[in-house]
Amino acid sequence: MTVVSMTVNEKPVSLDVEDRTLLVYFLRENMRLTGTHIGCDTSQCGACVVHVNGKAVKSCTMFAVQAEGAKVTTIEGLAKDGKLHPVQEAFRDNHGLQCGFCTPGMIMTAVDMIRRKGVMDRETIRHELEGNICRCTGYVNIVSAIEDASKRIAGAAEKVA
Amino acid sequence: MITYPFTYRRAKSIAEAEAMLKAAPEGKLLSGGQTLIAAMKMRLANPPELIDISGIKELDYIRVANGAVAIGAATTHWEVATSADVAKAIPALAHLASLIGDPAVRHKGTIGGSVANNDPAADYPSAVLALGATVKTNRRSIAADDFFTGMFSTALEENEIVTEISFPIPEKAAYKKFPNPASRYAMVGVFAARTKNGVRVAVTGAAPCVFRVPEMEAALAKNFTPDAVANIKVGADGMNSDIHGSAEYRAHLVTVMAKRAVAEAA
Ligand SMILES: Cc1cc2nc3c(=O)[nH]c(=O)nc-3n(C[C@H](O)[C@H](O)[C@H](O)COP(=O)(O)OP(=O)(O)OC[C@H]3O[C@@H](n4cnc5c(N)ncnc54)[C@H](O)[C@@H]3O)c2cc1C
Ligand code: FES
Ligand code: FES
Repeated sequence: MTVVSMTVNEKPVSLDVEDRTLLVYFLRENMRLTGTHIGCDTSQCGACVVHVNGKAVKSCTMFAVQAEGAKVTTIEGLAKDGKLHPVQEAFRDNHGLQCGFCTPGMIMTAVDMIRRKGVMDRETIRHELEGNICRCTGYVNIVSAIEDASKRIAGAAEKVA
Repeated sequence: MITYPFTYRRAKSIAEAEAMLKAAPEGKLLSGGQTLIAAMKMRLANPPELIDISGIKELDYIRVANGAVAIGAATTHWEVATSADVAKAIPALAHLASLIGDPAVRHKGTIGGSVANNDPAADYPSAVLALGATVKTNRRSIAADDFFTGMFSTALEENEIVTEISFPIPEKAAYKKFPNPASRYAMVGVFAARTKNGVRVAVTGAAPCVFRVPEMEAALAKNFTPDAVANIKVGADGMNSDIHGSAEYRAHLVTVMAKRAVAEAA
């Protein structure tokens, strides 16, 4: 067992866990943050994507002890003051989800890619989504949602500037 | 899926990692974990100790000097793919890194882990071999031609730590990958390079271990154009054959991808 300390959605947490605890189980079972999903459990589907120090990673393929001292953001940490994140808004407006199982991972991946790439064409978005699988196969609307969100975020940044 | 229990240790320096390995004879190095953790979850690997080297600062760098790009073993695929220095010196290498897996895998996976693992379908081994790179370890320097010895096997000894891969900057180079549409690993990938020491062509994905194609290299040395390799075929004997593609299919792809790589490099 090891005491692991990290910041999850801006709140500091310290928990004594087995070294073999995967980050996804730490979040879901120890912290009861069940928005992060386990789809494949074999690094393929991206349902478990969270941000560690600002970068998208698959939390089923990382141990909690590796996140010692890190800043972790999950889907629960995106909305601020009761207001959805622009990517969440865009998924709602573009019907970017069906059953919703893949959605937390899709959104965390989308926030990461928009941060890195800004406004993207659909082809780029599809490439960036290579690590995320939607078993409802709703990719067209997922891509539309991300395209829309990237423009909204760029637009908002322009207004501020 | 849960791995067998193990003890996790974080090394802060190469010296500390060496000492930890010495104290844990069955222990294994953990770098990006994008291969090892999956293997541990499947219980194909059950190390009682994991020594995490991903946070070692002296293993995380990209330096361009003396006609070579030197990359520390713990440098992530994402860092290589987005490095302006790599893009300027060896654009084909930055491009190769950008094709590995997906963004989340690239954020964690490292060059040292990929090269040490020598997966038959991994991308980096083709660049290491085609550019005539040197694999540096905590003990010695190993030439690319001596490093990759077979499927998932390398010249690395017990407890030897890869510290750096040094790639001589080529005159021209390109990497063309035919990815498996599901896994993103290479069905076949060809890295073609014209270097100061001649033309080198390395193929990954097709066979149990990355290999060079001397007939193509000889033809390209005379005439570095796609036509020079268009009629050079590699035999299907010994090629990988699985649900994704037959040995004949992969052998055919070698010529196709070689042509495309040369067209891009030329
Ligand atoms: C969904 C998915 C898709 C992928 N697609 C691709 C792809 O398209 N192309 C590709 O090339 N790869 C692909 N990979 C593999 C990925 O590139 C891995 O990151 C890489 O193979 C291993 O690097 P790592 O840093 O994650 O190593 P780890 O998993 O941490 O370690 C792998 C092995 O290397 C050993 N090791 C690690 N570092 C060192 C060192 N410095 N010295 C000695 N031994 C060391 C470890 O002990 C272990 O045995 C994919 C992986 C996933 C999960
Ligand atoms: S659950 Fe982690 S990638 Fe599918
Ligand atoms: S919406 Fe059902 S899995 Fe994507």
